[in-house]
Formats: sequence, C-alpha cells, structure tokens
Amino acid sequence: MLNTHYTDVAIIGGGPAGLAAALAARRAGAEHVTVLERNHELGGILQQCIHNGFGLHRFKEELTGPEYAYRFIPQVEADPKIHVYLNTMVLSLSPEKEMTAVHPVHGLINLKAKSVILAMGCRERTRGALSIPGTRPAGVYTAGTAQRFVNMDGFMPGKRVVILGSGDIGLIMARRFTMEGAKVEAVVEIMPYPAGLARNIAQCLEDFDIPLYLNSTVTKIHGKDRVEGVTISQVDDNWCPIPGTERYIPCDTLLLSVGLIPENELSQEAEVPLDPRTGGPIVDESRETLVSGIFACGNVLHVHDLVDYVSEEAEIAGEAAARYALKQTADGVVNGKNGMGGQFTIKPGDGIRYVLPQRVTQGAEVDLYMRVTQPMDAITLSLSGVTLARKRQVRPSEMLKIKLKAQHWDSLLEDGKAQGRELCLAAEPRL
Amino acid sequence: MAIDTQVGEELKRKMTCIVCPTGCQLEVQRDGDGKLSITGFQCRRGEAYAENEILNPRRVLTTTVKIRNASLPLLPVRTTEAIPKELLAEAMQVLAQVEVTAPVKTGDVILANILDTGIDVIASRDMKRVEGVA
Ligand SMILES: Cc1cc2nc3c(=O)[nH]c(=O)nc-3n(C[C@H](O)[C@H](O)[C@H](O)COP(=O)(O)OP(=O)(O)OC[C@H]3O[C@@H](n4cnc5c(N)ncnc54)[C@H](O)[C@@H]3O)c2cc1C
Ligand code: SF4
Repeated sequence: MLNTHYTDVAIIGGGPAGLAAALAARRAGAEHVTVLERNHELGGILQQCIHNGFGLHRFKEELTGPEYAYRFIPQVEADPKIHVYLNTMVLSLSPEKEMTAVHPVHGLINLKAKSVILAMGCRERTRGALSIPGTRPAGVYTAGTAQRFVNMDGFMPGKRVVILGSGDIGLIMARRFTMEGAKVEAVVEIMPYPAGLARNIAQCLEDFDIPLYLNSTVTKIHGKDRVEGVTISQVDDNWCPIPGTERYIPCDTLLLSVGLIPENELSQEAEVPLDPRTGGPIVDESRETLVSGIFACGNVLHVHDLVDYVSEEAEIAGEAAARYALKQTADGVVNGKNGMGGQFTIKPGDGIRYVLPQRVTQGAEVDLYMRVTQPMDAITLSLSGVTLARKRQVRPSEMLKIKLKAQHWDSLLEDGKAQGRELCLAAEPRL
Repeated sequence: MAIDTQVGEELKRKMTCIVCPTGCQLEVQRDGDGKLSITGFQCRRGEAYAENEILNPRRVLTTTVKIRNASLPLLPVRTTEAIPKELLAEAMQVLAQVEVTAPVKTGDVILANILDTGIDVIASRDMKRVEGVA
C-alpha cells in the first residue's frame, strides 16, 4: 500500500504558469501548496529561451526567459508552505483529485488535493503529424529541441539549416543558428502570412537577410543517413503543391516549427472536457474546468505567445483554486459555486479562431482572450451584436485581450441578445 | 520588410518596430536637409526606435558562454543594453573565448565593457556549483 500525502492545492508543472499559480494560491490563503515538476529545476520552457522579449507588459522591462523565471523562483523557494518536488513526474490524475507521481528518492507517491491546477505547458508538433515524403535521415529536429541543444547542452545540430514553419520558436532559432555561425538557407511557411510575431520576422530574419517563402512547403527530404537537402514547392489555395515550382535547397538540418499542442493526457484521464479549438480544457472565468476543483492555466490551456499573459492567467487560477480548497469541508463537499446557474457559453463566430474562457458567469467583468482566423485591418469585435472593441490591425499570431464590462452585460441582457445562454463573439470588418 | 529607396540624402524606409510585441509598421522619410519624419508608431518608444534604426541601429545581444562546475555546460548571458548592430558578430567571437566557473548569480558581470562600448555582458540566470562536474 502506498502512503497517501495530502495537500490543499496541487500544481502539476513548475513553469511560469505553475510558479505564478503557487504564489497566488498562497496570497489567497492556501496553507499547503505542492508543486510537482518533472524537470530538475523550476522555470519550464523559459530556461531554454535565452533571448530577450519577456515581461514587457508585466515588468515594463525586456527580460530574457531565465530572468523572467527568476522573478518568481526565489519567492516560491523561500515560502515554507510551498512544497516543491523536482524530478517528479505526475503519472495519473483522477476526477477525485488523486495523483500518482514518481520521485527519484521516494519512488511512487500518492497525493490527494482539495484542488488541482493543471500547468503542464505544451509540446511541439512533430514530423509524424505532418508526413513529409522522402527518407528518414538524421538531422530533422523540432525547433524547441534544437533550442535546448544549442542553448543548454552546448551542441550545434547542423551547419546549413532550413526551417519549416514560421512560428516564433523557429524564427528565434534562425537568428540563434546564424549568430552561432550556421547558415540558415530559408524559412518556409505554408500560409500566406507568417505564424510568428512581426517583431521576430524583423529582428530574426530581416536583420540577417534570411529569406522567408510564404505559400510554400517542404515536399521532399533528401539524404540517406543524414539530411542532404530538401525540396520546397509553392502551394495553391488548398495547400496542394503546385507542379513545376519545386526548388532544391542543400542543407544538413531541417527544423520544424509547425506549432504547439497543449499537453492534456492527464487532463483527459481526469475526464476534463477539452475544447477542440484550443486543444486545452473548457474553463470559466476562474479557470476552473468542467471537473469541479480542477483548474488550468498557461500553455496547457491554450498556446500563449506572451508569458506575461501566462502569469496573469495563472494568478486567476491560483487564487480560485485556493478559494475552492478553503471552502471545502472535511467530508469533501464544496459549499456554493458550480451551481452553473448563471453561466453563459461564449462561442467563436466569424473571424474568430477561439475565445477563452468558454464559460462566463452572468454579469462578471472578465478579460476575454482570443485569436482571429486571419490577418485583418479595421475590425469591430462584438459579442452577440454588442460592440466590445475596435482594432486597427489584428493577426492570428497575436492574442487579443478585451474586457467584457458591466455595460456590455446591460446591453446583452436588456435587448434579449443573449438567447439561450449562448453568446457569439465575432470580428467584423468596419465599413 | 525593410524597403529602402535612397536618392541623394533622401530616404524612405518601411520597418517593423521591435520594441514591443505590437510590432507597429513604421515609415521613415528623410528629406534633402536630413530631417526625419516618422509615421506609424503608437507610442514614443517606436518613434525613437525608428530614428535610431536610421542613425545608429542597435540590438541587445543574448547568447551563452561556457561554464565549469555547473549542472549545465552553458550559462546564458546578455548585454545590459543594446550594442551597435555591426558589432554583433565580433562580440560573439569575443564571448566564444570566455569561460566562467560556477557559482554565478543573475546579473553578475561576465565581461565588462565589451568591445569598448561601455556596455557589460551579464549572467541571465543563477548557476549553482555542482561538485564532481568538470
Ligand atoms: C521557444 C519559445 C519562445 C518563446 N518566446 C517568447 C517571448 O519572446 N516572449 C514571451 O513573452 N513569451 C515567449 N514564449 C511563450 C512562453 O514562454 C510560454 O507561453 C510559457 O513558458 C508557458 O508557460 P507554462 O508554464 O504554461 O508552460 P511551460 O513553460 O512549458 O512549463 C510546463 C512545465 O510543466 C512540466 N510538466 C509537464 N508535464 C508534467 C508532468 N506530468 N509532471 C510534472 N511536470 C510536468 C514541464 O516539465 C514544464 O516545466 C516562448 C515560448 C517558446 C516555447
Ligand atoms: S511603436 Fe510603441 S506600441 Fe508600436 S511596436 Fe513600437 S513600442 Fe510597441
């Protein structure tokens, strides 16, 4: 029989989301907080992001990834009521908030929590998910793996590089490889616009004259033992390669920067329903999932481009999880909340890829996070016909944050626009 | 895309502001007398960025140096401020020769006054000393 340990708030993952959630849970009164991290240190993905560009919103300074992490790590370590378990991988999670984890010294541990915060981050899409024809030689890496090699392990994966996908990690790595003396031959993007932030196109590609091929993809990988080159082709509107547009680029390394997927195996095991659009759990404004007492924040919930918003979201989840734990009585019954009485569903409409939270309590003043489906100029964002904001320029690479205010609720409720407790968020061109 | 059209002292350039994630599209024009007119920014920092980009482009350098007696072979470092863009490659060469020994604290000066810029290179994380690691 395994010994079971008890805690008020258990946090799975010690990246920026887990760190901010732990501190917020303590501020909100949680007496016993446990952070479980599979890595040998706290900080998550930030430890390998050695470039600057973190924290402008939150700290009004441009920090590197590790520096941003160090704004939180010492506070977490100094708090005797936050128990950090490193090298500890959570293996299972039940809807009753029981976890098993494996620890290098204690072996298997059982942990039961009053509330749980999912903060597992995301992982990179791999080539298997893409199926490029050709051989399977060495020299194909995801951009994040290459980032870890170059920035933490001191190992250069190659000298001539082609990058498939124009996500931010790939762009950052294009610059990093160039600075380390490798030649980045091209960045190839299937969409008609780049996936990463405009500032990264400017400072990572244009600064070094690295060509970006839009409406293009890698159609073949050449080489037997090691990558020797790739064929790239232009694609039509249906993403089908256009015959006759093939171009051969010699290279020894192909990096994939084709997107991130929230890491939700544990969530699914705990029967947490996911939103197919975000790949993460469906949550309300407190970041509680549809399983009572299980909360989520950071990249496990939806892929963020700015860590500042990760911290902000984690603080919401941390505070709510602490409140949930404090309200719980000895027999595990929660008083109040989750009557679902006043909840509305928000659905993405025209021009919106996703909106979060997907559920909101009637009258709640909340920040809505959203992404658009394609780049657009001069749009109005409206919720079931009520204008929330106007924007000059929007791009799918930049998450938008818009406040749903009391006056918006007044209009929604007065005019009976909120039919059937379902609201629809849309981005419409301004005429 | 940075597009330049230069006629004598006159210049017209489009650029993306990299100061914050908003990434405003800026346009700079320099007339015959060398006067700059800048449009497209949403805040003062963007205006200053565009002016610098024409007169004296600078970038913060982030990279790594070798470290001994730590849990990892590399220590991430950065310049405390942006250095002239044309010095980036040379600065990389200088830093490739640098090797430090753990322990190191965030903000420790790793190399003072790099290439006589008056700007220091500092550690961007803590690195504890680990015994038994070369
Ligand atoms: C390459 C890259 C570049 C970026 N550049 C920028 C930038 O310039 N500016 C910016 O603001 N943002 C940037 N971001 C975004 C930002 O870094 C992320 O949004 C943020 O790190 C997400 O935080 P997180 O805590 O949700 O996830 P993570 O940082 O991924 O942390 C998740 C943690 O959970 C742990 N974990 C997962 N599963 C388990 C388990 N079963 N048991 C125990 N532990 C587990 C993992 O080991 C990890 O430490 C970048 C992201 C990447 C990947
Ligand atoms: S002009 Fe201001 S708001 Fe626009 S990108 Fe530059 S710093 Fe950001």
